[in-house]
Amino acid sequence: MHKLTSYFKNLFQGNKLVIGIPYSWFIMLVLIPLLIVLKISLSEMEATSVSSMISWSQGWPTLKLNFANYQFIFSDALYVKTYLSSIKYALITTILCLAIGYPFAYFMARSPKHLQPMLLMLIMLPFWTSFLLRIYAWKTLLVNNGVINNVLISLGVIHAPLAMMNNSFSLLIGMVYSYLPFMILPLYANLSKLDLRYLEAAADLGTSPFKAFWLITVPLSKAGIIAGSMLVFIPAVGEFVIPELLGGPDTLMIGRVLWDEFFSNNDWPMAAAVAVVMILLILMPMAMLNKAEAEQEAGGKA
Amino acid sequence: MSFATNKLFAKGWMIAVYAFLYLPIITLVIFSFNDSRLVTVWSHASLRWYGALMQDSDLISAVLLSLKIAFISALISVFFGTFTAFALTRYKYFRGRTLLSSMSTTPLVMPDVIVGLSLLLMLVSIQHWLGFPERGLFTILLGHALLGTAYAAVVVSSRLREMDGRLDEAAMDLGCKPLQVFRLVTLPLLVPALVSAFLLTFTLSFDDVVLSSFLSGPGFSTMPMVIFSRARLGLNPTINAVATVTITVVTIAVVASSFYTSHIERKRKREMALAYSDANK
Repeated sequence: MHKLTSYFKNLFQGNKLVIGIPYSWFIMLVLIPLLIVLKISLSEMEATSVSSMISWSQGWPTLKLNFANYQFIFSDALYVKTYLSSIKYALITTILCLAIGYPFAYFMARSPKHLQPMLLMLIMLPFWTSFLLRIYAWKTLLVNNGVINNVLISLGVIHAPLAMMNNSFSLLIGMVYSYLPFMILPLYANLSKLDLRYLEAAADLGTSPFKAFWLITVPLSKAGIIAGSMLVFIPAVGEFVIPELLGGPDTLMIGRVLWDEFFSNNDWPMAAAVAVVMILLILMPMAMLNKAEAEQEAGGKA
Repeated sequence: MSFATNKLFAKGWMIAVYAFLYLPIITLVIFSFNDSRLVTVWSHASLRWYGALMQDSDLISAVLLSLKIAFISALISVFFGTFTAFALTRYKYFRGRTLLSSMSTTPLVMPDVIVGLSLLLMLVSIQHWLGFPERGLFTILLGHALLGTAYAAVVVSSRLREMDGRLDEAAMDLGCKPLQVFRLVTLPLLVPALVSAFLLTFTLSFDDVVLSSFLSGPGFSTMPMVIFSRARLGLNPTINAVATVTITVVTIAVVASSFYTSHIERKRKREMALAYSDANK
């Protein structure tokens, strides 16, 4: 192992470059942009540009922080309601994905070994085909004169079209549909590594399969459950395309508000403040994700 | 529950999930061959909308732009993603490792609108300061390359983690110089991962609408931007046609590449078995 590290140290004249290149790339494109968002959220929009934070008076720079955007967000009922509603939809999406995805990943991990690569590819394949086009496809299925309603009416099951579009039903269908693979993949990675001898031991000791499932399989797959749930929850909170195409006037989502502040109102500081509050909301889930992923990695080595 | 019903339940559950995943894709394809202007009402089969697609110069130039962006940004992504993967898997301890690993997962999970907004605000600040870059091809490329780097790093790291470090050591014992080891041992073993990272980041770029909308300037509409603006207005049969073409190409590429990687993998295993049997003679 020592030799290996020294080899990588020598490669590209030392480890500084191997670490330095990705480091500067991400600092430039992740860290600095986020700091700039924070900075701009504390300024206000002037006629053509964002106000500058530092003003000069009598030769001395003075820092001017403007908290008006944040005050506005927390005093305006609509913003608060939109944040809560985004969390609500993201939470429901996560629970539905877990309820559908956990049994699926479990059954997939238990299916014959030679079939598993194909089953996995079938999960990945929709993920490779355009996300936008698949969301559009749901629109053609769910609208009032859409495919599902037409089929049901021609079969005589219903007489008037079901209202499935531009409401929370269509929004949740779209969200669960898009994020399901993100739940299934980490769960499958975790469950396929599960040591079956634990379950055999439990059975030998007289535990029923159902009880063994709750007492052994579920706790052992905790890292996978957390990783999958966070991979669904975090992007779902800020989702824009799905609520825009499948949501309605009542399905408030904060991603849409940010988009409108930026593109329609041209209020960049306000959009930045909306983004900062959203980041604060997902910081804890992100920390949980990092921890769960580290555990998954460590579990893989054991 | 008896064992047999258990198995039946498992099968039923899996089939239902696959049906849910594939139903929209299959409908898109079927209705792309529908002659009617109404997307969801079947009249009779025709290639009318594929004909319309050939005439649609807006869409065609958007597709060409998207292909160009996807190709270049995928190359950049694989380059930086490989470095990130090496830094994170080969060096267990260095100062700021946690920062690097969280920065590299940020674009993966952070909502697109935040990534797009933050990049744009940074680029505008730079432009304010230096006078460039203009919003357009370059800025979209940068956004896609960032997103792609994060994904490429995941793909390459998982390969690096399962790779046998002893092979590198053996090569060094046999007198290879570090760069030779990289070129002759590490790189060939990484090729399948680099290919799948390239394909994945290419697809991601080809699919992105949010980052492009933030980072694009006038005159630079990518294919997803055109599709998105049409889909917002309502249903449009040309979208079905363009979807079918994309789905066909992607499916062929994914299936072909998975055959290719499993072929490489088998070949490598065979060679390794051969080498071991030679060594044991």
